[in-house]
Amino acid sequence: MPLLTVNNLQTAFHTRAGVIRAVQDVSFHIERGETLGIVGESGSGKSVTCYSIMGLLPQPPGRIEAGQAIFDGADLLALSQKELNKYRGLRISMIFQDPMTSLNPYLRIGAQLIEPLLIHEKIDRAAAHRRALDMLAEVGIPDPGHRMRMYPHEFSGGMRQRVMIAMALITKPDLLIADEPTTALDVTVQAQILDLMKKMRKELGMAILLISHDLGVVSGFCDRVMVMYAGRVMESARTGDLFYETKHPYTRALQKSIPALQVKGRELYTIAGAPPDLLRPLPGCPFAPRCDYVIDACAQGEIAELEVAPAHGSACLRVQREKLTL
Amino acid sequence: MPTPNLQPDEKSASFWQDAWHRLWKNKLAIFGLLVVIVLSLLCFLAAPLCHFVIGFSYQQQNLTLGPVGPNHTHWLGTDPLGRDLLARLLYGGQISLMIGLLATVVSLVIGVTYGAVSGFAGGKVDMVLMRSVDILYALPYTIFVILLTVFFGQNIILLFVAIGAVQWLTMARIVRGQVMAIKQQEFVEAARALGLRRRRILFRHILPNLLGPIIVFATLTLPEVMLLEAFLSFLGLGVQAPHSSWGVLIKEGAEMMEEYPWLLTYPAVAMALTLFSLNFLGDGLRDALDVRGSKD
Repeated sequence: MPLLTVNNLQTAFHTRAGVIRAVQDVSFHIERGETLGIVGESGSGKSVTCYSIMGLLPQPPGRIEAGQAIFDGADLLALSQKELNKYRGLRISMIFQDPMTSLNPYLRIGAQLIEPLLIHEKIDRAAAHRRALDMLAEVGIPDPGHRMRMYPHEFSGGMRQRVMIAMALITKPDLLIADEPTTALDVTVQAQILDLMKKMRKELGMAILLISHDLGVVSGFCDRVMVMYAGRVMESARTGDLFYETKHPYTRALQKSIPALQVKGRELYTIAGAPPDLLRPLPGCPFAPRCDYVIDACAQGEIAELEVAPAHGSACLRVQREKLTL
Repeated sequence: MPTPNLQPDEKSASFWQDAWHRLWKNKLAIFGLLVVIVLSLLCFLAAPLCHFVIGFSYQQQNLTLGPVGPNHTHWLGTDPLGRDLLARLLYGGQISLMIGLLATVVSLVIGVTYGAVSGFAGGKVDMVLMRSVDILYALPYTIFVILLTVFFGQNIILLFVAIGAVQWLTMARIVRGQVMAIKQQEFVEAARALGLRRRRILFRHILPNLLGPIIVFATLTLPEVMLLEAFLSFLGLGVQAPHSSWGVLIKEGAEMMEEYPWLLTYPAVAMALTLFSLNFLGDGLRDALDVRGSKD
């Protein structure tokens, strides 16, 4: 049984301008110890998916309209906030995009680090302090005893993200949700943080749900990848298959947009057009207006994600019907 | 006085050390702080000072002497009943500062709790709570205080409570706005993702972030409350004889300012000095406690 199974999740924002269907019919699962990447551009619904699972969606305007998120037998979407607190921070942890703002500027690092331990485990302050020290050393912060007494503004961005990782992992969770953990960091620090997450994954054996818009990051880090566009799943497959046996034109277009694949001097490939307006969803495939392979049938009726090869799902009509190769 | 940290392995500066460092650079604020400390010390040591230094108590009358200007025995002169003005000024300061402090604390406790709950809960709770504040705001508060004193008699404790109870409204609004802003920040989301309960998030993560605005507003409320007390005493609703406060002294002095100007000048100077100092201090604290202005 998978650690987390999400079935047909639908999340919408009821705003004054109308209903924004941010996540539509998203299903996926993560096995114990597995790393799943969710890739998509801004506004594709990848963060909202995770926020829905964690119960962090601001309600209103956000609303989970349908779906289940079964974690170890319990449906997270059906739990009250109080019951959710037994999972959050203990068995499921989350790290955020911007380490500059996700630490409380008025609390010492040490106080923030031991907080998850104090509220979730029967542990005294001294023992919690010792574990925090070990954890800080583990994530590569030199002189942890001294650093524990410091405030977040005395840390660099990379070090703060290390602290966030330490804080998320101090309770040894089963699942870590990382919402673009390296986006706000510069490239060398990005690599360090990814290495750190790999190391921690190896040591603790937790599953990771990595949200990213960087195909490069995902390819080097994840076992499986799910590509999202306009709130829907376009393609999901094992990482290797996604890159070498691509089954959706959108994934292919994303790959072509990576600058490293271009011949020097040639213009960079971009996907023509803009992402659809989620306020006025068009029938059919949301990528149809920008797709090089579009046929008339693409703009008619719902197109669900189907398994087109073993453990490989695609929401492309032509791939499903004609075995189109991309 | 903090010395600059030059040694690399010095214990890192805490938030408060940093704030103190910034405050220290603001000479006007430090001047204000010193004046407030000195004045408070003088006022709260009024009993021993009167006994050993001045030689007169605040209620000791000397009708044959009457009002005399500043001289060697009575440094700041006397009032028409021959009471020593300096002694009365010190005792009056005691009451003025106490009213200021207590009423500020009362308004702080009510205002911060109310505003924090309102801002944090949001939605309908917030709506109901803040509309009631709006209604109370619309009441002319002097009439409210006058009604209170008329109903409950003239009692100093009541005066503290009454003033505090009308002063908390602004505090509640400020705190509510700040809580709403901070509630949106990522570290609050991170705290929720860690499974913290709402109360813990509010009191441990949000309120400490409000310390700056709260302290600043408190230092600005203090002079306002003292002014209000002076105003009420001026109307004859405040402190009653033989006790005095700066407000009472100013009122009495104003009545006789043409014949005995010193009776107005000294209390007014003491009051103005205190108000200015508190305002300078408040401004300085606001700058010093602003984390964004520091290292980030």
